[in-house]
Amino acid sequence: MYRYDDFDRQLVQERTEQFREQVKRRLSGDITEEQFRPLRLMNGVYLQLHAYMLRVAVPYGTLRCDQLRELGGIARKYDKGYGHFTTRQNIQYNWPKLDEIPDALLDLANVEMHAIQTSGNCIRNTTTDQYAGAAADEIEDPRPYCELIRQWSTFHPEFTYLPRKFKIAVTGSPNDRAAVKVHDIGLRMHYNDAGETGFEVIVGGGLGRTPFVGKTVRDFIGKNDLFSYLEAILRVYNRFGRRDNKYKARIKILVHELGVEEVQRLVEEEWAQIKDGSLKVGDAEIARYIEQFAPPAFEALSDDDADFERHKSESRAFSNWVRSNVIEHKQPGYAIANVSLKPIGGIPGDATDTQMELVADLSEKYSFGDVRVTHEQNLVLPHVKKADLFAVWTALEGAGLGTANLGYVTDIIACPGLDYCALATARSIPLSQRISERFGDLDRQHDIGELKIKISGCINACGHHHVGHIGILGLDKRGKEFYQITLGGDASQDASIGKIVGAGFSEAEVVDAIESLVTKYIDIRDGGERFIDTYRRVGMDPFKEVLYGDR
Amino acid sequence: MAIVKNDSVIEQEWITVEAEDDLPSSDENLIVPLARFKEQRDDLLGRNGGLGVLLNPGDAPEDLAGDLDRLSIITVNFPAYTDGRGYSYGRVLRERMGFKGELRAIGDVLRDQILLMHRCGFDSYDLKVDGETALTKVRAALKEMSVYYQPTGDGRATALSLRERRRAAMEQKAS
Amino acid sequence: MSLQVVTANRLDDGLVVFLTADGGWSENINDARTADGKEAANALLAEASAPELDVVIVGPYLIDVEQQDSGLVPTKYREVLRTKGPSVRADLGYQAV
Ligand code: HEM
Ligand code: SF4
Repeated sequence: MYRYDDFDRQLVQERTEQFREQVKRRLSGDITEEQFRPLRLMNGVYLQLHAYMLRVAVPYGTLRCDQLRELGGIARKYDKGYGHFTTRQNIQYNWPKLDEIPDALLDLANVEMHAIQTSGNCIRNTTTDQYAGAAADEIEDPRPYCELIRQWSTFHPEFTYLPRKFKIAVTGSPNDRAAVKVHDIGLRMHYNDAGETGFEVIVGGGLGRTPFVGKTVRDFIGKNDLFSYLEAILRVYNRFGRRDNKYKARIKILVHELGVEEVQRLVEEEWAQIKDGSLKVGDAEIARYIEQFAPPAFEALSDDDADFERHKSESRAFSNWVRSNVIEHKQPGYAIANVSLKPIGGIPGDATDTQMELVADLSEKYSFGDVRVTHEQNLVLPHVKKADLFAVWTALEGAGLGTANLGYVTDIIACPGLDYCALATARSIPLSQRISERFGDLDRQHDIGELKIKISGCINACGHHHVGHIGILGLDKRGKEFYQITLGGDASQDASIGKIVGAGFSEAEVVDAIESLVTKYIDIRDGGERFIDTYRRVGMDPFKEVLYGDR
Repeated sequence: MAIVKNDSVIEQEWITVEAEDDLPSSDENLIVPLARFKEQRDDLLGRNGGLGVLLNPGDAPEDLAGDLDRLSIITVNFPAYTDGRGYSYGRVLRERMGFKGELRAIGDVLRDQILLMHRCGFDSYDLKVDGETALTKVRAALKEMSVYYQPTGDGRATALSLRERRRAAMEQKAS
Repeated sequence: MSLQVVTANRLDDGLVVFLTADGGWSENINDARTADGKEAANALLAEASAPELDVVIVGPYLIDVEQQDSGLVPTKYREVLRTKGPSVRADLGYQAV
């Protein structure tokens, strides 16, 4: 895993000091809230419904055990004993005090973490596949490139006041687990005809009030040229992106209004002038970053482990967990263990201080000190020996972290919604809890299979509802919360934006509505079809009918 | 109002005229908006006094290609500090077009953006505070950070290049 | 006419507060000074927006409230949540005390 060197360390420390000064200037009245707001946002400090909120970056979703332990410590020391993992692979604290945030940032800096650029109209934390470096289906570990993107984008002097925020996601696997097609830039690694690896560059995807699946501006960019190419896209966006209307300021609108061909022409024209400049990264440099993310010292093991098999046959609960939460690893004898933060009826993505510390301990003991945060708001122990899975599961179970529901109907993404968020129009967490309770029975979840429900508390779509197989958007109808259902969204390599089924539902009605949809799917599915497959085959009408048939 | 350049407060030696204003006498140092420069280019270049151009957001610095060595100053307007187009203009002017004259940030120029502006090629800053305060702010802003990841035309060594240099030195020592 | 009070978040700890009768800020909505009618409400907001309060609170705004037996209750659910805390964590926020 990447370790800071003295440059990285100094930069983060200077930034922490800079923010401490800014907070001091704000508290003494030297700068106004209006002047301070963008500065605090650049450091991940929002003002929410009840208090400030601090959003800490987890670059490309990768954590070391000591970092996760510190995140737990911060939850205890500066917050109310918990944190919320988000769809952006970050963590948010909901109750920090402004005058203590500089201290929290210093604690973070000591474990090589920060809150830089987790908000504001700048290039945000780059996200990637949570199974990077472990997945059996991966072409190459995307994290060396993510780290280079992190450095290139951190305090980029030209791109700190963009028209709007800017999100980059990278996948190193053909099976896209990073939702790259719904980001401002998505990078998909693949081979060119010469057998070299590079990236397809997808631009203008996004959710929010006008969702788009991104469009390809370049089929293949070599790794050495990636950074100048990104700079070219950003310069075109910074110069030509709309600034007259904040809802039309994302690059997706530029792509939509100018057309992808014109954006492509502008980018290529810009790139032609800078491609041989100082942003070209040499092979030796890239190799050094690849080395930083070199695989840990795996043991040579047989892929079969007798104890593991025995535990599975002896414990139904364990074998259920393995069935859903354990994923194939590229190294024989190892597995990827997913830690669900979606206990039945719980708050999606929340973890307590002690839970974080426990997962940190487990990762230290069983996963080379490596932990991942997923955009689906779960954690991952990426490199666990099959022989150790039972011990890991036992410990997780004991801490309420052993829920066997990864990818199932109760593995719901939900944004904080009106319970915390100042922009919300309705609550999302209670709804996810009700749905989770309704479908809590594990046999039923097995029967339903993969079904992604995603809930947002307003049109900003932080809960990715547009790309949920079933998406739920919370709205406000004359002072009452009500919920609009979309169907057919997908964040994977087959990305699509869900379509609204019809009129919205009250909170009381919406869980029944979801159940009707699921029942219909079970009725009409063919063979091994997932919900999304059935939807794609039969279309909206049969589902619409069960919801509104006699209305 | 004070202008800081090269670690000191400098006098305002330029008159900026708007699109419709009459041109002052031929000896005055004049800054005109880009649109007017394009319209009256030959007249303006024929005057005795110094000439500069004002770029507003949306303008294309490329329109000045060929005329840059006739311009002593380019002012770039940041109508609101959140409008970051001027940063790109600075880099294009300096790094691509080779502009050597004064590049001045005007408008909503605040302490916390000065380092970024400097990194993008600006060398003077028009702040809405008195001279002493302005100088203190600019000085503080320019030394707030000492590590830079991005290569720009400002001559600062990037972390990447310093790492490279250190590695080379170590290898030399080792051999 | 509807009753209104001014709410904001406190600068240093970010917690929800209400403008009180004596021009201070309280965590309890029942300490809030109420305004009846547009004019009174605007005056209240103007008072809360004084530049010198920028070092005390952030983002003052008016909310509609009703006088109920239990005290002042905001009419909007969002504001009810602000007077209590997250509905999903009864152990947190003002409702916990
Ligand atoms: C609680 C404070 C939050 C605020 C104020 C906030 C604000 C926003 C806004 C305004 C947008 C729309 C931006 C646009 O389209 O230009 C947005 C989008 C988004 N936010 Fe949040 N958000 C918050 C929390 C979260 C959380 C908790 C997550 C993850 C669970 C998240 C992840 C995202 C994502 C994935 C998008 C949509 C993707 C995109 O188009 O950028 N946000 N957020
Ligand atoms: S979707 Fe809306 S309610 Fe949910 S976190 Fe984002 S801004 Fe808040």
